[in-house]
Amino acid sequence: MIPFDYRRAGDAETAVAAVAGNPGAAFLGGGTNLVDHMKLGVAEPDLLVDVTRLPFDSVDPLPGGGLRIGAGVRNSDLAADERVRTRYPVLAEALLSGASGQLRNLATTGGNLLQRTRCGYFQDVTTPCNKRRPGEGCSAREGYHRYHAILGASPHCVAVHPSDLAVALTALDAVVRVRGPRDGHGERAIPAAELHRLPGEHPEWDTVLGHGDLITAVDLPPLPMAARSRYRKVRDRASYAFALVSVAAAVELTGDVIGDVRIALGGVAHKPWRATLAEAALRGRPPDRAEFRAAAEAELADAQPLRDNRFKVPMARNTIVSVLAGLTGEEPR
Amino acid sequence: MDADITLTVDGERRALTVDTRVTLLDALRDRLGVTSPKKGCDHGQCGTCTVLLDGRRATTCLAFAVAHDGAEITTSAGLGAGDGGVGAEPAHPLHRAFLEHDGFQCGYCTPGQICSAAGMLAEAEAGWPSAVTPDVAERPALDEAEIRERMSGNLCRCGAYPGIVAAILGVAEGRRT
Repeated sequence: MIPFDYRRAGDAETAVAAVAGNPGAAFLGGGTNLVDHMKLGVAEPDLLVDVTRLPFDSVDPLPGGGLRIGAGVRNSDLAADERVRTRYPVLAEALLSGASGQLRNLATTGGNLLQRTRCGYFQDVTTPCNKRRPGEGCSAREGYHRYHAILGASPHCVAVHPSDLAVALTALDAVVRVRGPRDGHGERAIPAAELHRLPGEHPEWDTVLGHGDLITAVDLPPLPMAARSRYRKVRDRASYAFALVSVAAAVELTGDVIGDVRIALGGVAHKPWRATLAEAALRGRPPDRAEFRAAAEAELADAQPLRDNRFKVPMARNTIVSVLAGLTGEEPR
Repeated sequence: MDADITLTVDGERRALTVDTRVTLLDALRDRLGVTSPKKGCDHGQCGTCTVLLDGRRATTCLAFAVAHDGAEITTSAGLGAGDGGVGAEPAHPLHRAFLEHDGFQCGYCTPGQICSAAGMLAEAEAGWPSAVTPDVAERPALDEAEIRERMSGNLCRCGAYPGIVAAILGVAEGRRT
């Protein structure tokens, strides 16, 4: 690990200025991903600006009924919050399905969103990786890619984003609040669904944020339908593993039909995948398995699986059907 | 870069100077001679370096010591100390339960398992749900499935899991009665 300087930020403005003013600087949250990457040589910051003692450590009600989650709120505290558990169960379930108890006590809301892919080649500095060193080539495309993307990938990168939290926030129409070097004393708002990006020509950019941009909070809209929501994660082990496929969904029944629905997929793309085609196919339709299946197939029609992850297409379809069936009383949760 | 920090470890206040690159685990073991937390994977995957950090279970291999200046740390060796002091054994109900239920073989992961269990029991008592809680809005009941899920961040290569689960369940039931 290369030597680095460490500073504890007293306020957001100072933190942003310190990172923005040094191309080699990085924000330090809980450290569960960044410290690992520093050990592996994947990240080599020469200055860490610790933002864990900034006053972004609470969950507060918003006028109008939503919630503002401070970027420094630990994953464990957020999952344990009564308001989250009762009004946005999909969010608590997503958090609880990620990492381990010890790591959730350290990991922050902002850091969770900005964690990087667990693609084995990205984490192994001895192998080519376009995300780590643009232009080197992608080792995963013809290599070990069981966990990789089936939607929205590019010739340059087939990595998936590993956050469960981000998938739930995408389904919930959450908004990420950011303070950057050009925002003065203000903040800008980015829909959670637009925070992460597809790899395209630039897989080195995970998100739309620039250097020095600091996530300060995540806002949840009131969204009463979220009270009937859930997160299901399919993985190789029963616990403490990244998703092969995950589904975050919320459903609102109006009479005998689906009045509104939110679906986001994890483990399938470089970003949390909002299933807008499936949602459109389901609105106004009866909540039955044939409809769920047709909607899931519409969403996955353009899937381009790799040699060894073809199983993800039926797995994603079946998980969508199962989650929607559970939410609409077709089968027990 | 060096930094001056203070850590309170098992009740004892310790001042030290560390390179910013030193993890909390290495500071404890190599600088302060506190060898109760062990180094396993050193990448946050095995849980054997778990301590109670400011009262909550946490892996110490993915934390820089400099970022935890002023922290209060309890290791397995310090758990339950006060009756007989650090090293008086078996000090804590979890220590006794691991002995009774054969919760270990080689013992390398045990201090991490004990600290994780202590933190986990407190989380469950506070009503925190887990990934296997049927309804996250409800207060969870701590059974075998809940314990297995909540302890999934602690690996045991000897495979002493049945004994570990039995030990923790025993302590949890003892607290309920």
